[in-house]
Amino acid sequence: MSLVLEFELNGRPCRTSVPAHFTVLDLLRDGLALLGTKDGCGEGVCGACTVLLDGEPVRGCIVLAARVAGRAVVTIEGVGGEGPDALQEMFATHGAAQCGFCTPGMILSARALLAVNASPSAHDVREALAGNLCRCTGYVKIVEAVLAAAGRSAACASVPSS
Amino acid sequence: MSYQVIGKSPVRADAWEKVRGRPIYAADFSLPGMLHSRIVRSPYSSARIVRIDVEAARALPGVVAVLTHEDVPRNEMRMELPGRMAEATAGAVLAFQPVLASDRVRFHGEPVVAIAAETPEVAAHAAELVAIDYEDLPGVWDPETALRPEAPHVHEGGNVLRRWHVRKGDIAVGFRQADVVVEQTYRTPFVDHVYIETETGIGWIDAEGVLVLRVSTQVLEHFRDVADVLRLPHSRVRLEGAYLGGGFGGKEDVTVECLLGLLVWKTRRPVQLIFSREESFIGHGKRHPYILRYRTGARRDGELVALEAELISDSGAYAALSPWVLFYSLVTATGPYRIPHVHVDAVTAYTNNPIASAYRTFGSIQTCVAYEGQMDALAAALGMDPLELRERNFLKKGDSIATGQVLETDPMLGETMRRAWAALGPARAGASPLRIGRGLAASFTPYGRMCWTRDSASAWVGMELDGGAVVRCAAPDVGGGQTSSLCSIAAEVLGLPLEDVVAVGRDSHFTPRAGTTTATRQLFMSGNAVLKASRELRRHVVDQAAELLEAGPADIELADGRAFVRGASSRAVTLGEVVRAMSASGRPMQVLDKYDAPSAPTIDPRTGQGKPFNDYTFGTQAVEVEVDGETGQTRVTRLVACYDIGQAINRQSAEGQIEGGAVQGLGHALLEAVALEDGIIRNPHLLDYKIPTTLDSPAVETILIESGNGLGPFGAKGIGEPAMTPTPAAVMNAVARAVGRPVTEFPITAERVLARLNDAGKDAT
Repeated sequence: MSLVLEFELNGRPCRTSVPAHFTVLDLLRDGLALLGTKDGCGEGVCGACTVLLDGEPVRGCIVLAARVAGRAVVTIEGVGGEGPDALQEMFATHGAAQCGFCTPGMILSARALLAVNASPSAHDVREALAGNLCRCTGYVKIVEAVLAAAGRSAACASVPSS
Repeated sequence: MSYQVIGKSPVRADAWEKVRGRPIYAADFSLPGMLHSRIVRSPYSSARIVRIDVEAARALPGVVAVLTHEDVPRNEMRMELPGRMAEATAGAVLAFQPVLASDRVRFHGEPVVAIAAETPEVAAHAAELVAIDYEDLPGVWDPETALRPEAPHVHEGGNVLRRWHVRKGDIAVGFRQADVVVEQTYRTPFVDHVYIETETGIGWIDAEGVLVLRVSTQVLEHFRDVADVLRLPHSRVRLEGAYLGGGFGGKEDVTVECLLGLLVWKTRRPVQLIFSREESFIGHGKRHPYILRYRTGARRDGELVALEAELISDSGAYAALSPWVLFYSLVTATGPYRIPHVHVDAVTAYTNNPIASAYRTFGSIQTCVAYEGQMDALAAALGMDPLELRERNFLKKGDSIATGQVLETDPMLGETMRRAWAALGPARAGASPLRIGRGLAASFTPYGRMCWTRDSASAWVGMELDGGAVVRCAAPDVGGGQTSSLCSIAAEVLGLPLEDVVAVGRDSHFTPRAGTTTATRQLFMSGNAVLKASRELRRHVVDQAAELLEAGPADIELADGRAFVRGASSRAVTLGEVVRAMSASGRPMQVLDKYDAPSAPTIDPRTGQGKPFNDYTFGTQAVEVEVDGETGQTRVTRLVACYDIGQAINRQSAEGQIEGGAVQGLGHALLEAVALEDGIIRNPHLLDYKIPTTLDSPAVETILIESGNGLGPFGAKGIGEPAMTPTPAAVMNAVARAVGRPVTEFPITAERVLARLNDAGKDAT
């Protein structure tokens, strides 16, 4: 059985048909060849498949594709234009991407944070990213990058999180 | 020394693609007609296979292949570096593992059947239709039981896989000289790598009939393993390295390669194989659990005189790299201290537990827990400051480690320790029920392979007509910035902006062989190969520029993509002009070169005496913890890491290695253990196996010392693995300060801390 879905994808209307059992992650990777969204655990823990659904970060691997009907989805492919946006630039220049596998999900979670909190503290950033696992960086440069993108001094990142 | 590129923090070449989420990983590739695969694995840890029935699975529409051991041309994978390890194994290693189990399974998760189908759903359905009858066999699930004579044998020939020994001085004399002796046992568990990208690959057959695999692997040389299993000439299997979504040693052994190669070769179709997270947990090698029994003796003034250690590691069901991991433990068993009398016996035993193999630090992290736990215990017994005790005994230039190897440069351990400790800042008091504790651990970790392996790496560097350069070097990038650092080295030597140098390749057959991205060896080995090739190429560039500028070659400098006469920078040409002149005059524009690491004979297997490694990275981590006296919960609030890294190549990448290694080490310290019940993994999911999140991790502070003493390019040392070595030990020592006595079994869970708090309470009453 397949579903016809109409939704907004990265700011543009999208109409596609997918098997009913597809998750948002399946829809993006297998249905639409948007490969920036990663599959790290398949059970909603690692956050590598994070995308924004009406601006809220969700885990694509545990949300059924049917849920996006009539809503707006933003994936990493929808972040930045010709060039990178501020978050992407700060991730690159601060060395926040090592293997890079968690990076798209991290950037989308950070984007959701900055949309509601333009000047977060280091602890705010750590709370917002607590659902995105990274095994390479120890999170230090990721937190610095998000703070820098928020226009805050990166020095704030060295304040202990409590 | 002032550099243009080296030691700075340029943005890594791969960063821009990675922040855009562009497809560069193995799972991002697909081919027309590609099949999807599924591996059927043993649910038992020790069983006889009575019957494998694949008829129903084969009959399912959409199924293309259902393969068993009968379909594997040569059903054994060898676990060694071809031709490089044999002389040191002395016949002791039974290092074969079947691709698909035939009559017996030895661990939970062992592959039995491989399936390829038109869709992932059909492959999954076919896996359910495979019927395998097992008959329980007696098993053994801890190494001490495995070493008893009556234990069931995991393999014919017994459960002892390998023993190593160190004999230095006379241990009896040493303990007679000791005024204080401390004795403790430390235990560490199986730990998973938990790279965010699971093991993944895609394979196909190209027009020349070559089997090509594009795999997330640290070791391109596994093309040979695939060829051997398929009984193909080595030239007929090519391995292309994708960017990895993390490795940490877990993608060092064969993961998907042989299964994938088999499926492609048998179906003659492109096939994709992706391990699920559960499959990754049960299907790949783990960190070895260790039991470490230590006795350490010192004189009243703190001088170490004797160290006796027994190291027992659990190899799991197959050999993998266990003998070599144990060897690293042997060499590092004393810690970075001068001890005249040393006696170490190390053994690794087969069990029916998951396979244990390579994991960042390769056996150095477990010994650090023991030797640094002993130092704090000794300090307490002597009534001495733990820093002073260490300072008194640290290895210095000219001292020898327990294997007799003399250190040719200053380890700078005292400086790393003092600076890390000082950076923790003023002590603070905890408000009840919080208890604050601070501790540290010094460490030493080899970088580069064992000397007797005669390691080498090759690289090719070429100039283009526009003045840019290309580096070709088959060094997989696991995320640490290995590729970008090679570009930095070439850019520095050739006087080019970093963005004018591109590294391409990571291919077993297209790029010069550089060896594995393991053992903290790529910067050292491939870095030196790129340095050699770049310097040779520079000579040609300089000669040509000298001709164009009518100056002597000794007066030519290269910088910012230009060649100019020293002291007269207006007499300049662009490197593009130089290279076009080189092309016209027939000068070489490309150089292939090879770097050979210094070698040494195999160590004496009875005494461990000899030169095991070319060099070591030394460093200290200091941590502050907050222990909740009511719940036993422990939080690391500060972590400072100070290392002598010789010379930073990309400063930001070096810091990134240390920050990431320390937080991975925190996971080992406080959170992580594979839960096993008679060899069955009970927590093969990230819901139940917890790794540190942003909220579990402190803002790690990194202090880099750059002595220039390393054997790598520009005096660099390796930092990938050393970054993690001391973290669990430092946390253990800090918790011991907060609680009053150490938790010596890892991870340091709330339960274990509470038990210690209760013990301490009893002592007080």
